[in-house]
Amino acid sequence: MLQLSAVTKSFGAVRALKGVSFTLEAGEVHALLGENGAGKSTLIKVITGAHQPDGGTIEINGERVTQLSPAAAHKLGIACIYQQPALFPDLTVAENIGLRLEPTAPLRKVNWAKRQQRAAELLQRIGAEISPEAEVRSLSMPEQQLVEIACALGAGARIVIMDEPTASLTRKEAELLFAVVRDLRKNGVGVVYISHRLEEIFALADRVTVLRDGESIQTCSVGNMDEATLIKLMVGREVSHIYPPAEGAPGDVVLSLQNLGCTASGVKDVTLEVRAGEIVGLAGLVGAGRTELARILFGITPADAGEIKLHGQRVTISSPAQAVAQGIAYVPEDRRRHGVILEMPIAHNMTMAIHNRIFPGTWLRFGAEKKIASDFIRDLGVKAYGPEAPGGSLSGGNQQKVSLARWLATNPKLLILDEPTQGVDVGAKSEIHKIIRRLAKEGLAVLMISSDLPEVLGMSDRIAVMRGGTITAMLPAKSDAHQVMAAALGQAEKGAPK
Amino acid sequence: MKKNFREISIAAALVVVLLGLAIFAPAFFQPQPLLSLLAREAPTLIVACGMALVIVSRQIDISVGSQFAVCSVCAGLLAAQGWPLPVVFLASTIFGATMGAFNGWLVAGLRLPSIVVTLATMVTWREALRWLRQGEFVNLRDGTQWLGLSQVAGQWALILIALGLLVVLALATKHLSAGRFVYAVGTDAEAARLAGIRPQLTTFFVFVFMGALVGLAAMMNVVQSPQVDPKSGSGLELKVIAAAVVGGVAVSGGRGKLWGVFVGLLLLACISPALTHLHIQAYWEKAIQGTIILLAVVADGLRTRKQNR
Repeated sequence: MLQLSAVTKSFGAVRALKGVSFTLEAGEVHALLGENGAGKSTLIKVITGAHQPDGGTIEINGERVTQLSPAAAHKLGIACIYQQPALFPDLTVAENIGLRLEPTAPLRKVNWAKRQQRAAELLQRIGAEISPEAEVRSLSMPEQQLVEIACALGAGARIVIMDEPTASLTRKEAELLFAVVRDLRKNGVGVVYISHRLEEIFALADRVTVLRDGESIQTCSVGNMDEATLIKLMVGREVSHIYPPAEGAPGDVVLSLQNLGCTASGVKDVTLEVRAGEIVGLAGLVGAGRTELARILFGITPADAGEIKLHGQRVTISSPAQAVAQGIAYVPEDRRRHGVILEMPIAHNMTMAIHNRIFPGTWLRFGAEKKIASDFIRDLGVKAYGPEAPGGSLSGGNQQKVSLARWLATNPKLLILDEPTQGVDVGAKSEIHKIIRRLAKEGLAVLMISSDLPEVLGMSDRIAVMRGGTITAMLPAKSDAHQVMAAALGQAEKGAPK
Repeated sequence: MKKNFREISIAAALVVVLLGLAIFAPAFFQPQPLLSLLAREAPTLIVACGMALVIVSRQIDISVGSQFAVCSVCAGLLAAQGWPLPVVFLASTIFGATMGAFNGWLVAGLRLPSIVVTLATMVTWREALRWLRQGEFVNLRDGTQWLGLSQVAGQWALILIALGLLVVLALATKHLSAGRFVYAVGTDAEAARLAGIRPQLTTFFVFVFMGALVGLAAMMNVVQSPQVDPKSGSGLELKVIAAAVVGGVAVSGGRGKLWGVFVGLLLLACISPALTHLHIQAYWEKAIQGTIILLAVVADGLRTRKQNR
């Protein structure tokens, strides 16, 4: 009922989909599998009409569709259930369902009795014990997902896409959801199911398609598959990029974590050491708790369990200002939002974290500032017309260097990098890698979060793999992608998790 | 050039208006009325500078008019008691800073939206003052008006104080770490926080500073007349927000220069006397001011849209 062939989609220079073919039949659950950035999200957005593909064809119910918009997709019976349900928290269940399903003429009179009745019916059909009058705010996450499914059913959806629906569910809640999915299948609905949990795919799916680097690698029946083969398909790629080699043995332990945890952000029981001169890669899937761990170390969401030691001394870090004072630097993930201030000159950006140090007399010393900025521009090879250039005028890779410079200026002992080369072109990527290795060589302890598997493998002296908010495996430098992926997916092999 | 484009275009508009006046209404440039006009606007300039900083930090303070009235009356009462003028200036500034600190505590400490907080304090201060004073004017002693100088000398003194403060503040925002913190917090509070700047503390002090400037400005207004009107400062918030916006301060925070605010205020202040001299009925003033503000905001909107593309 849904057929995509050779679909391509590019964002600027990045080719997110390089030719994906995918078919979905009525009454099947078709799993979509791939590591971070393989193109799953883009593919979903193409199917739901949020993105227009650049090439390839889409057929729905045997008819070729061009110009698929979200409204058109909705009409064709395509519904998508996201990991975070998109409901209005202050409205009741019935009102939420009504908003999705009823016509939207502004002056139409609402038939409340009918609205309630329809909501109750839909909820009953999927076996959800939710009152239509309950406020969505008071529902649990799985209940909200059930409401989403009820909406999809009510809209007469024949194609339901579920994007990691179980990511925030307990096992028991997930079982309930599976029952609903099986029921949908029985009623002839085609389900596209995305999950990082392989066991779910084996329990639920009929077929599976593996995406890698924006291409559909293979589609086959789940019955003929085993986990090892799936993982191999997901990561099987050649490393085409040369990484600067590690030299010399690492020095003293800089950072040591003991059973560190933070209830608010879901990180628990993290034990880790990072030494001077060492790059520790932090691998894992999106949502595994890597950024959350970094935010704990930088005092953004302070830890409430366990201990942090810097150079053997126990410290508490409860604000970014304290973290900076302790010699911790954090180059955040989303540099456009939390890193470089685009409107400010790069010189101002670079000195933002060191005001107390270079301007002790509170008066800014523009000469000193300019010198610092010029030095970093030269050292890191930032391509800009000068320290006065606004951050927004630089390319992604150069902005990343500015962000890096801001933190190097604090003269840190521990550098935490969060996705240091995300959205950076190949040339700049390799330069940033060289800079990171050089910094480690100069004695910095580096903790590098990355979803780019080859980058983690190529750069790290040791690899810590996170899953479900904790570190499940420590792997040595020369691990292969398969081992990392297996640990990230929870298919631990050699007794790695503790 | 491109960097100061906004400020320069406002300055150009001001020059055009002044040239027009020079041709069609040379009477506008008679020294004494002009001096009075500038002296009247001197306190407004100081409040507008504070407001510019508040807006740059992506907040708003609409309680300045009420703060102004409270400070005026308190300062007037102290002056009428015979306190020395420098002490009264200081006291007025401290009153203002205290009211600003209260706003700052509510906005930065309790993280309430500044528009709501200052709307509440605007009404509260104004009504409390009305209740306490029953609209009574405060009669000042002889030596208070014009700081005990002649009128011309007093007016010059006030204008010079305002201009001096403008220069100091403009330099401070550029040359002090604190100034840059305000801009950083206004552009991107989260990025600033990640860089070890404390956005809440910065916001708090911006409000305190705003209040202090209001207190000072109130006193500069008090010394211009023989008695203190308890309704003084009504509508001041609109005037200074308008001056800031016209002068190129972005309502979305993070951008704006104090000298631009100065030019913006001059432009708005010229309109009323210009109309009089051109024999146009005075109720056109608000309409023209509104049009200028609208033009400024639309220009900003178009510019941001172009940038985001």
